Amino acid sequence: MSVLVLGVGNILLTDEGIGVRTVESLLEKYQFSDDVEVVDGGTAGMELLEIIANKEHVILIDAVNTGAESGTIVTLVDEEVPALFRSRISPHQLGISDLLGVMAITGETPKHFTLFGVVPFSMATGVELTTEMLPLKDILVNNVVTKLEALGCVVTENKQVA
Amino acid sequence: MAKRIIVDPVTRIEGHLRIDVEVENGQVSKAWSSGQMWRGIENILKDRDPRDAWAFTQRICGVCTTVHALASVRAVENALDLEVPLNAQYIRNIMVSAHALHDHIVHFYHLSALDWVDIVSALEADPKEASKLAESLSSWKLNSVHELTAVQNKLKSFVASGQLGIFANGYWGHKAMKLPPEVNLIAAAHYLQALEIQREANRIVTIMGGKSPHVQNLTVGGVTNSINLDSQAVMNMERLMFIKTLIEKMEDFVKNAYMVDVSIIGAFYLDWAGYGKGVTDYLSVPEMPLDTKGTEFALKGGYIAGGDLSTFKPITGFNDKYFIDGVKESSKHSWYHGEEALHPWDGETEPNYDDFNDEGQYSWIKSPTFNGKPAQVGPLANVLCLAAQGHESTLQHLNFVMDTVSAVSGTKIGVSALHSTIGRHAARAVRSGVLLDEMNKQWDLLVANIGSGDTDTFNQPVFPKGEIRGVGFHEAPRGVLSHWVVINDGKIKNYQAVVPSTWNAGPRNQDDVPGPYEASLMGNPIADPERPLEVLRTVHSFDPCIACAIHLMDTEHQEIVKVKAL
Repeated sequence: MSVLVLGVGNILLTDEGIGVRTVESLLEKYQFSDDVEVVDGGTAGMELLEIIANKEHVILIDAVNTGAESGTIVTLVDEEVPALFRSRISPHQLGISDLLGVMAITGETPKHFTLFGVVPFSMATGVELTTEMLPLKDILVNNVVTKLEALGCVVTENKQVA
Repeated sequence: MAKRIIVDPVTRIEGHLRIDVEVENGQVSKAWSSGQMWRGIENILKDRDPRDAWAFTQRICGVCTTVHALASVRAVENALDLEVPLNAQYIRNIMVSAHALHDHIVHFYHLSALDWVDIVSALEADPKEASKLAESLSSWKLNSVHELTAVQNKLKSFVASGQLGIFANGYWGHKAMKLPPEVNLIAAAHYLQALEIQREANRIVTIMGGKSPHVQNLTVGGVTNSINLDSQAVMNMERLMFIKTLIEKMEDFVKNAYMVDVSIIGAFYLDWAGYGKGVTDYLSVPEMPLDTKGTEFALKGGYIAGGDLSTFKPITGFNDKYFIDGVKESSKHSWYHGEEALHPWDGETEPNYDDFNDEGQYSWIKSPTFNGKPAQVGPLANVLCLAAQGHESTLQHLNFVMDTVSAVSGTKIGVSALHSTIGRHAARAVRSGVLLDEMNKQWDLLVANIGSGDTDTFNQPVFPKGEIRGVGFHEAPRGVLSHWVVINDGKIKNYQAVVPSTWNAGPRNQDDVPGPYEASLMGNPIADPERPLEVLRTVHSFDPCIACAIHLMDTEHQEIVKVKAL
C-alpha cells in the first residue's frame, strides 16, 4: 500500500491554505510508516505528477466551495474526487484537474481517492487561518489519521514537548 | 459590426487575467489586458525578517515558485552587498535552469501546442509517412513507425471511449488548424513523451532543492546544501552524476524533438510570423552569475529598441544603474490611488477599485515602463539580446530553428520573423537549448570548484541599523522578474515584486500607450468569432501562467457566447 497525503492551497490567502496547514500539523504531531508520504502541494500543478502518479490511495485536503455554509467539512471518495475537480468547485481545479487528465492518459491514475474539504470562512490576503478555521484544522488532522489507520498504515504521535 | 470578446479568469491561483478585444471585419481592432485580482501580497511582507521573505514569495504563484524565491534572496543580498559563495551560485543556476526547462516544455506541449495541433486529425495520419518525415528531420529515438503507430492506437482508444481527458477542450477541426495529419501525429507523440521529460527536469529541482514543489535549500547568503563528495547524506558525487544523466536526457529531447517540432509547426503556420508583433522594445536581465559578487554572468541581459538588434545596450550585473534607474510603474489605468509613475522602491499599493473603464482604470496590474516606455519581456527578449551580443550557443540554436523552418516551408526566413506570435514559441525552444548548454557548463564548474576543495555554500547575512535598499532580478521563464526591498533596522519596510506578466500584461501606461499583450493582439485574424482560437494563440505565446475562459460579447457588452479555453 502506498498512500499520499496531499494538502493543497495558497497559504497567503488565509483559509485557502487549510490543506497546507493541515499537512504542517500532521508532520509536526506524528510520525508515519514508510508507506505514507505527507506532502505540502501548495498551488502546484504538473510538478506533483511524479508524487501522485501510481499511488494506491491519495488523501487530498483542500478548501472547497460547495455552496454550503463556511466551516462545512466535506468528505468525498474515489470517483467523486475527480468529478469535484472537473466541475471546478475547488479553487485548485487547474493544477489537480490537469494532473488527473494527464494520469488518465499515462495510465497512472491512483486507485483510490479520499478528499477532506472544508468551506473557507475567508480568502482574504493573510498568512494565518481565521480563528473560526483553527478548530477545524484539528478535525481534519484527526480525519486523516483515522483514515490512514483504517488503511493499515502506522501513525505514531510525537512525544509532547513540554 | 464590432464584436467584443472577453477572455476572463477561471482560476485565482496565478492571478486572474482578462483580455477584451473588439473585432471588426474579421480582425482585432482594439484590445485591453486586465488583471482581475488584487492580493497585496507585498503588504504581507512588511515588518518581517528579510531572511524569511523568500519562503512567502515562492507562494505567490503556483507555477513560478522557485523564481520568486530566488529573486527574493537576491534582493536582500543586494541590499546587504553580501557575496554568495561560488558553489551556491552554481547550484542555484542549475536548479533554476531545470525549473525553467520544466516550465518551457510543459508550456509548449501541454499548455499551448493544442492551439496549433489537431489531435483528432492525427487519427487519420499514415504512421509510416509521419515516421519518414520525422526521421528526415531529426535523430530522436522515438520517431519510429512502431512508436507512432502505438501513439495513434492510444489516441483512437481515447476518442472511442469518449474520454479525451486533457485533450477534451481542443479546437478540433477549427478553420485555423493547418497541420497535415502526419505532423499532428508527430506532435501528439511528443506531447506524450514530454510528460515524461518534464518529470526529469523536476527531479533536478527536487534533488537540489530538497523538496518539490517548494524548494527548501535557498537562504539569504547562499544555499543550505551541504557538500561532501564522499558522504551519503548530502550533495555527493553520486547525486551530481545522477543530475548529469537527467540533463543529458532533457538535452536529447529538447534538441531532437522540441526544437524540431517548433520548427515544423512554425513552417506550416508561417502566416503567424506576420501576427502578434506588438511591442518590439525588448528587455532582459543577466542570468547565471559566475562570481561571488554578481558581476560576471554566463547570459548577459540588455535592451533592444524597436526590434533593431544594432541598438542593443547591455545590462551587466546586479548593480546595473541603467536597469535599476530605468524601471518605473504607472497606475494611471490601474485600480490604485495615484497616477504618477513611481520607482518600485517608492512604489505604493493603495487599492482604488472602480468598474472596468475602457478609457480609464481597468486592471489590478500596474504598467511597468523602462525609461518611460513599455517593454516586452520573456524568452524572445532574452534570445534577441543574446543574439545581439553574438552569444555562440544562442546563434547556433537560432540558426538551426530558422534553417529548419526555411527547409520545411520552402521560404527563407530571417530574424524578423521572430517578432511575432509564432516567433515567441521559437525563441522559447531556442532558449531551452541555450539553458541546457549552460547547465552542462555550470555542472562542470560546480564539480571543478568542489574538486578544488571549496565546499562553502553560505555567507552569514548581518543587518545594519538604518535603511538599506536592494533589488534582486532573475531572467525567469516568462522574462524579467525583479523584487525590490527596502529594509529598516533589519525589518522589511517596503517590498514590490515587478513580475514578467506585469511587463507583458500591463494595461495602457501613463501616456496611454498599450502594453505588449494589448499591442500584440491588434490585427490578429478571427476566423470564427464563436471559437476565437486566434486570441488564445497570441496570448498563450507569451506563456501567461493562467487559464482563461472566453466570453464573447457584443458591443453593448452583453454576453452572447461563453467558450471555455485551456
